[in-house]
Amino acid sequence: MSNEWPLWEVFIRGQHGLSHRHVGSLHAPDAEMAIRNARDVYTRRNEGVSIWVVKAAEISASSPGDKEPLFDPSNSKVYRHPTFYDIPDEAGPM
Amino acid sequence: MTTAVKLDPVYDLALRMGDNALILGQRVSEWCGHAPVLEEDIAMANVGLDLIGQAKMWFDYAGAIEAAGKSADEIALLRDARAFTNALLVEQPNGDYAHTLMRQFLFDAWHLPMLKGLAASKDERIAEIAAKSAKEATYHLERSEDFVVSLGDGTAESHDRMQAALDALYPFAGELTLADDIDRDLAARGLAPDLSVIAAAHLAKIEAVITEATLKLPSGGAVRKGGKQGLHSEHLGFILADMQWLQRAYPGAEW
Repeated sequence: MSNEWPLWEVFIRGQHGLSHRHVGSLHAPDAEMAIRNARDVYTRRNEGVSIWVVKAAEISASSPGDKEPLFDPSNSKVYRHPTFYDIPDEAGPM
Repeated sequence: MTTAVKLDPVYDLALRMGDNALILGQRVSEWCGHAPVLEEDIAMANVGLDLIGQAKMWFDYAGAIEAAGKSADEIALLRDARAFTNALLVEQPNGDYAHTLMRQFLFDAWHLPMLKGLAASKDERIAEIAAKSAKEATYHLERSEDFVVSLGDGTAESHDRMQAALDALYPFAGELTLADDIDRDLAARGLAPDLSVIAAAHLAKIEAVITEATLKLPSGGAVRKGGKQGLHSEHLGFILADMQWLQRAYPGAEW
């Protein structure tokens, strides 16, 4: 058994209307302490209005080795990008 | 209300609040770079900085009341031990982390209700400083309370260490709510809360948390006191030497 506290990934919402963004990770014995530690480590300069933490072990990630099969096929499908439309001036910036 | 000879008791109040915050802040900051884990190191340093910031606000006010008009720095760095009015609790050594956390909890459990009481002071400046500090103290108490419970009700070793810390430090807790003539005068004039009310809140919080932490409050025993009157334990001199040497050796040095 490891004596080390589990690792938590920290997500912070910078302001209302934005989504939570991954800012880093830290160690903590439980979720409550992870949020407290995140507050002290990542929001000392008024960076956030909300904190999420999730155990790093609970995150499933795509494997870097799968990069080609996962992402390359969409490379050649330029028609999936909405670049072929003329946007009317009245629509304003998109 | 003329106070030709004696200083306004509000001065004493500001000094006492400031001294408690400053000395505990200094003690807590000793952990910087030495705390058991990195996250704690940052959290502890944060608490220390909060407290030192609060001390500055109290000293600024004390300096404004005092005729000589001393700066917060002069009040913090150029007084001798006998002139400090902090409770003995805050100058007790850091010991192991259990002692540090227990000292913090016993302090925070007093600090928050005290600040909330002061936030209702008829003195606008006191109310302002207290309201601002109470937000920080709320967080400090949540943190220290949580630690006392999870370590008290943790492993056999953490339980024993927390119990040893409680046995050593509990006798110092009572001084925080021990009223003298200045406190009674301030309370009667609506400038500060009645300390017997704060004492009840303090004790209720301690009893609830200590019970949840499966620890036992030591029974009986005298309240260790004297700090408020400038009679300190041997530890304060060492703290001041550490804190003040630069300003003593190079008077007026700035950075």
